Amino acid sequence: MDFSQIIPSLPSLWDGMKLTLQLLVLAVAGGIALGTVLALARMSSNAMLSGLAKAYVNYFRSIPLLLVITWFYLAVPMILNWITGEFVAVGAFTSCLVAFVMFEAAYYCEIVRAGIQSISKGQINAAYAVGMTYSQAMRLIILPQAFRKMTPLLLQQTIILFQDTSLVYAVGLIDFLNAARARGDIMGQSHEFLIFAGAVYFVISFGASSLVKRLQKRLAV
Amino acid sequence: MIRFNNVHKWFKDLHVLNGIDLQVAQGEVVVVCGPSGSGKSTMIRTVNQLESINEGEIWVDGKNVADPKTDLNALRAEVGFVFQHFNLYPHLSVLDNITLSPIKVKGMDKAAADKQAVALLERVGLAHKKDAFPAQLSGGQQQRVAIARGLAMEPRVMLFDEPTSALDPEMIGEVLKVMKDLAESGMTMMVVTHEMGFAREVADRVVFIDHGKIVEQAPPEEFFKNPQHERAQQFLRQLLTPMS
Repeated sequence: MDFSQIIPSLPSLWDGMKLTLQLLVLAVAGGIALGTVLALARMSSNAMLSGLAKAYVNYFRSIPLLLVITWFYLAVPMILNWITGEFVAVGAFTSCLVAFVMFEAAYYCEIVRAGIQSISKGQINAAYAVGMTYSQAMRLIILPQAFRKMTPLLLQQTIILFQDTSLVYAVGLIDFLNAARARGDIMGQSHEFLIFAGAVYFVISFGASSLVKRLQKRLAV
Repeated sequence: MIRFNNVHKWFKDLHVLNGIDLQVAQGEVVVVCGPSGSGKSTMIRTVNQLESINEGEIWVDGKNVADPKTDLNALRAEVGFVFQHFNLYPHLSVLDNITLSPIKVKGMDKAAADKQAVALLERVGLAHKKDAFPAQLSGGQQQRVAIARGLAMEPRVMLFDEPTSALDPEMIGEVLKVMKDLAESGMTMMVVTHEMGFAREVADRVVFIDHGKIVEQAPPEEFFKNPQHERAQQFLRQLLTPMS
């Protein structure tokens, strides 16, 4: 084992990590936003709306993420072409981001739905009783409380997503894992670079997970 | 101010409201009592349509609440509602609990809303708690904040749904006192409660409801001294001597 080439390679590994984190942050933001909309749709009294949202969630929860990533890599340019009528080059990053947002939204939807359902019915009644509309009641009363309760679960899901971003390898994006793999091949130290990458994923994920557990304990009091 | 015309409501097979006819005049304080499961809470919740009705009409301040054309949000803004379990917003401070709807629903500016909220808190004796959060308050204090929150919308009617049932006995008095002050200020009030002392002292009229029907209504002295209906007599006996 010879780890000597890792330190000189850190700048290029950091470039990969930057892409991983960028993808993660945008996917989480988009996924939670879309997931919240889906959750509200799923709980809607409109049967068609809730049926559509339910079908969406069940569909994306039943297919592999890798499939969605590779499929969207082909589909997103086509769909954009179909909508705008001209050929748009979107690139692997954008198509991956769309894939993650749409896929993760299905999971975030279920978390948000459980969070909203955990808020007592009295809260929405209190909001209605002072004349708030549905959207005011959700925005001002229900969602702020629900998100507080959901934070640990949302963070756990985000840690899983952090690991899953490495699947962009399939469409050739240079994320942290792919950077480590490529660099290791060039340096002739494939094993060492993968071991190092594994250690980095472990430290970040396990560290974040422990923090979430502590947060959960604090919120529970 | 409030008028029920032959109101019916069913929960599946259960006929919870069975032809309610009732009028509450402006400035009047009406206490609604009855055994549990009699439909009294459901009835008061139909006034601002937290519960819908299946048949009949309810008029509040000249508007038919069951009419789909009625702007429910505007109507609810004029009708204060105090819940058994307070339902304060736990993520907001006492002050924000009170100012939220004047700002968001009525479009009041924040400075004016704050000033009004502090005045209301003084009225319920809790001005020193304005920065506290609901979880830091006792039940009685939470309920007084909830009353202030209702009043912040400057309602024309206040509805109380068992406002003291969830309170420890030593806290009931402070809430009833606030309600009594409010009644004396001329507020139109409909109060579902088992507090017969409050009914005797403050109410203009006591309405007794059983199996979704109003079976008796009378001024309090008459109701307590000489209840006509057998169910009302039984109810009062049980309230006065629960162990017998």
